[in-house]
Amino acid sequence: MSSAANHFKPLALELCALSKTFKLGGGMLHKSQTLTAVNNVSLRVPRGQVMGLVGESGCGKSTLAKILLGLTPPSEGDVLINGKAIVNANQKALARHIQPIFQDPYSSLNPRQRIAQIVGLPLRIHGIGTQKEQAAKVDEMLELVGLPKRAAQQYPGQMSGGQRQRVAIARALIMRPDLVICDEPTSALDVSVQAQILNLLLDLKDEFGLTYLFISHDLAVVEHLADRLAVMYLGKIVEEGTREQIFTAPRHPYTQALLASALTPEPGLGVPDIGLGAGQPDPTRPPSGCAFHPRCPIAQPQCSEQSPKLTDLIQSAAQGTTQPNHPRVACHFA
Amino acid sequence: MAHTLSPPVAAEQHFVGSWQSRLLRSTLNNRNLTIGLLIITSLGLVALLAPWLAPHDPYLQNTANRMVPPIWHETGSWTHPLGTDRLGRDYLSRLIYGTRISLFIGLVVALISGLIGTTLGVLAGYFGGRVDAVVSYLLTTRLAMPVVLVALAMASLMGGSMLSVTLLLGLLLWDRFAVVARSATQQLRDAEYVQAAQALGCSLPYILLREVLPNIAGALIVVATLEVANAILLEATLSFLGMGVQPPSPSWGLMIAEGKAYMFFQPWVITIPGSALFILVLSINLLGDGLRDLSAPGGRNE
Repeated sequence: MSSAANHFKPLALELCALSKTFKLGGGMLHKSQTLTAVNNVSLRVPRGQVMGLVGESGCGKSTLAKILLGLTPPSEGDVLINGKAIVNANQKALARHIQPIFQDPYSSLNPRQRIAQIVGLPLRIHGIGTQKEQAAKVDEMLELVGLPKRAAQQYPGQMSGGQRQRVAIARALIMRPDLVICDEPTSALDVSVQAQILNLLLDLKDEFGLTYLFISHDLAVVEHLADRLAVMYLGKIVEEGTREQIFTAPRHPYTQALLASALTPEPGLGVPDIGLGAGQPDPTRPPSGCAFHPRCPIAQPQCSEQSPKLTDLIQSAAQGTTQPNHPRVACHFA
Repeated sequence: MAHTLSPPVAAEQHFVGSWQSRLLRSTLNNRNLTIGLLIITSLGLVALLAPWLAPHDPYLQNTANRMVPPIWHETGSWTHPLGTDRLGRDYLSRLIYGTRISLFIGLVVALISGLIGTTLGVLAGYFGGRVDAVVSYLLTTRLAMPVVLVALAMASLMGGSMLSVTLLLGLLLWDRFAVVARSATQQLRDAEYVQAAQALGCSLPYILLREVLPNIAGALIVVATLEVANAILLEATLSFLGMGVQPPSPSWGLMIAEGKAYMFFQPWVITIPGSALFILVLSINLLGDGLRDLSAPGGRNE
């Protein structure tokens, strides 16, 4: 896709300097700690694209998803969907535009309700159509996600993981949202089923003109699906670019390590050594300067003092030089 | 391998008949449930049909006919199959009317305490934070009170009657409901289907009543059966101690209390209401056990 075409695409989702902090503990005797789960994240997702969001567990991906879904308010910053701010927006109005697909299909469906009830719930809550129309819509949706008609009368307990995820997709798409937050939708599934679900997601995206924010820690999945990619580390976006840019020429040492950590199908190579040493630092006490410097192979004294800035799209937009295709990276030496 | 990529068909399930017939089948397969249900249903019928089933008036005294032994005794007679008490009242009739008192108190107490405990527990589990702190405080306060002692004290203040015993026990026995509802709700609060409902803009009552409650109902039903049994036993205890249902009502606990002076020579005056109490409580517990097995979501697969 050319940068010119990208430039004129309307944005489905825009995050402006979004932050979320949590207060931890804190009682009469000890001070509470602050955990910054999402730290000053800005991101633009053009309509019709798949934005991949990768990072290791605990980097704030899921908190970001919760903010977008309106389940938790951000501490600072704005979320714009189709150019409109969602903070303090009516949850029902928000639900029309944005819907989730969760990670675990075993806990994302109410085990006490039949599939028809689960998939039809959005229509009932929002009062769309008569009962008959709702039932017809549910049938249509089940067919679209590749489930047989009789699945409507089943309970989630009678289905396999892949089938349940199809149900979750049907529920998310039945109101035709613009934006779907996929929070690791395949990581709980068998590898053979993963491919089916991913292809289904791609087909449905084309059919409904959807935009995906695809959260994952599985780089192979993201490579298959995403148009653009953002890499998160300790609540911050450290690199963003198109799929080709990130996969062929990663600039941030964390992205490089992440790519190197992906398992290859070749046997005998074992688990790759990514040279990052111990796990990520305690997020309640993030390292000074660049949060990645304790694990960074190319860290210099400067890195522990100065926090590198991500090329800020919003600033450059103000100067009239928006280049959404331009990769952004937060590293002194990239 | 092309066929592995095509959408899989639903896992084969044997859908023989409607859900009613499936429910019936799994009920019959569960022996505890069948036995419990059978006894409870018959006792429920006995309670409902007491005026037609009882051979005599349970309050009719006949001093000429005191302490008639039951039928299996050599001097027993069919006029009074279970004998008579010290005032000559027919024991079987009193036992039959006593079923009403026990079942009524058990069910109403479980209903009142279930409403209080479930409401408190679900709210505490769902909201956490300050709501949870308040409910937990109430809960610990309640757990620190010995039920029988408090009930005795209150009953002596209010005067013992069926109504006061029911209300007292209803207000005292909510603790287990609250504990179970709270911890079960805490587990569900972050379940992704609850989040999905929140993201859809479902109202709070909808989420609590339709998404949370049905999924903790299994545990609550088990607690409810335990509490029915508990309330029946406590009513018998209070009546035995003289602070519950007042004479001449045919409460089983009262019957045991009235019979305790005769237990060494006419033991049936105690063993008959005692056995009735035992059978009722046992069958309720069997029913609760069976219901839990039946209501587990996994059980639907069978």
